Amino acid sequence: MHYSPVITNADIAAKDENLHLFQYVEDPKQCEIDTFVSRGGYKAWKKVLDSISREDLIETIKKSGLRGRGGAGFPTGLKWSFVPKDSPKARYLCCNADESEPGTCKDRVIMERDPHSIIEGMAIGSYAIGCHLMFIYIRGEFTHCIEKMEKAMEEAYAKGHLGKNIYGSGYDLDMIVHTGGGAYICGEETALLNSIEGERGQSRMRPPFPAIEGLYACPTIVNNVESLAAVPHIINRGAEWYASLGTEKSKGTKLFSLSGHVNRPGNFEVPLGFNLKDMIYSPDYGGGMLGDVPLKGVIPGGASTPMLLPDMIDVALDYESLQEKDSMLGSGAIIVFNENTCIVWVIKKLIHFFRHESCGKCTPCREGTGWLEQMINRIEAGQGQTGDLEKIEEVCGNILGRTICPLGDAAVMPIQSALRLYRDEWQYHIDHKKCMVKSNFEFK
Amino acid sequence: MILTERSITKIKEKAVRYPRKKSAILPALTVAYRQVGHVDEEIYKEISKIIDVPMVEIAEAATFYTMFPKKPRGKYLLQVCNNISCALRGSDSMIQHLENKLDIKLGETTADNKFSLIAVECLGSCSTAPMVQVNLDYHENLDAQKLDTLIDDLKAKKD
Repeated sequence: MHYSPVITNADIAAKDENLHLFQYVEDPKQCEIDTFVSRGGYKAWKKVLDSISREDLIETIKKSGLRGRGGAGFPTGLKWSFVPKDSPKARYLCCNADESEPGTCKDRVIMERDPHSIIEGMAIGSYAIGCHLMFIYIRGEFTHCIEKMEKAMEEAYAKGHLGKNIYGSGYDLDMIVHTGGGAYICGEETALLNSIEGERGQSRMRPPFPAIEGLYACPTIVNNVESLAAVPHIINRGAEWYASLGTEKSKGTKLFSLSGHVNRPGNFEVPLGFNLKDMIYSPDYGGGMLGDVPLKGVIPGGASTPMLLPDMIDVALDYESLQEKDSMLGSGAIIVFNENTCIVWVIKKLIHFFRHESCGKCTPCREGTGWLEQMINRIEAGQGQTGDLEKIEEVCGNILGRTICPLGDAAVMPIQSALRLYRDEWQYHIDHKKCMVKSNFEFK
Repeated sequence: MILTERSITKIKEKAVRYPRKKSAILPALTVAYRQVGHVDEEIYKEISKIIDVPMVEIAEAATFYTMFPKKPRGKYLLQVCNNISCALRGSDSMIQHLENKLDIKLGETTADNKFSLIAVECLGSCSTAPMVQVNLDYHENLDAQKLDTLIDDLKAKKD
């Protein structure tokens, strides 16, 4: 079975007792249930069923400070508490494994290498909201992750961690591995629910919020893979332990996917608040700039987040510090580019993605991303005209905040930041009908 | 019937687990695509009978997603991620390399129907870029030598 050659910091995690998500990801046996259990796996799930009430469980997760790791950063415990206690309907938990924001490849590592930790987290989350059928929605392209999760699920059933009357507690829990069909938008929670229902993956108007009316119009919680994988550790080691990691407001650890022009692209678990500069230059992480070509910019949280200039990267990787720099932590996908990169070319790649992935439901996003792509392609091809930049800004302004889901915002935020931070280069492109620097990255 | 007994059984096994019939649409399309290599109206019709959902609802869903193409493609579908992280690592040049090696343009299929070459959006292989997905399999951290070996091996494979 495929095993990604991705670099991780599992060696550091094995020695640092506070790092928990990546502790065993370099051991291929961690996928097997016996190994997982011998290392304390499913202990938290048993503890929850044996002795913890739903209210106490939600309270523990609230106290831990765990926030959604998919990008939005919403407090996980608070989200769980929105499910109505008195609803006579079925409740559902969906683990969002539709990882597809350019730059992001962290959830894949957990699915591929520690799948039982996700199942355990999903099970605990399910119990917290009174769910008896939980889903994991995996993007269809991740064939190897799908196989790993299905195998892990079968093992969990066979050993009695899922199914009827789990551990004799009287609690029943079933699981479905649902696979997507190739659509970034299905990582947006309401589009994800439509997709499970067999519909086109288009987002829904809110309210009603999924916690009230989600999957099959029943109360539903959607959580990211990484958020759920952290949950068993919080149960085993306590909310106070988890809350002691990270910064005052951004608690815990976070996985970062580092890509682009660094010597050691990889996936790294660090406490929130870790310095971005160290992430790029430290030999334990990014190992510095590829070929020593100086840094030009960083996209710190996935393709949808505003960029940072080289003089802005001495910043803590946490929700608040990046916000202060007018950017976002997002999914933790750090994309690094060097001085040989044309900024218009970067944006061309990004807008192509968002135009392609717009679900077509809201006019500003459907039409606007198309117009933006046309204008940006024109500038990149050396056919930019006076007034193009103002026109791009105008279109961006008419998309931002005017769509049902955040895809529209995601498409325009990097463009707005690139126009703000690299204005001269855009102007040069228009005036001289060519790149200031030509992005010509060799493949050899 | 185009779908084999094995595919039909697989679809039924998956379908029965969902609380509602329509939820089996994507799993059924996935099984069909993996067997056939494309999913067209004939197959929608068959799926419709198997999972007892109107054909129009299957078509409606199928046409939204990129993984259920209606037309057949080459035996080996080369899907090159050409989004930002891969592009920074040379995916544009990698596409040119493949175009030259296979003597086709992006979006085309070789005359012997063996290879189709397309560019796709982010496949979540950003820290192991550049990459190509061949049918279902990922090939990551590619350089020219690795890629040439991969293609030559596929070329040498007997049908």
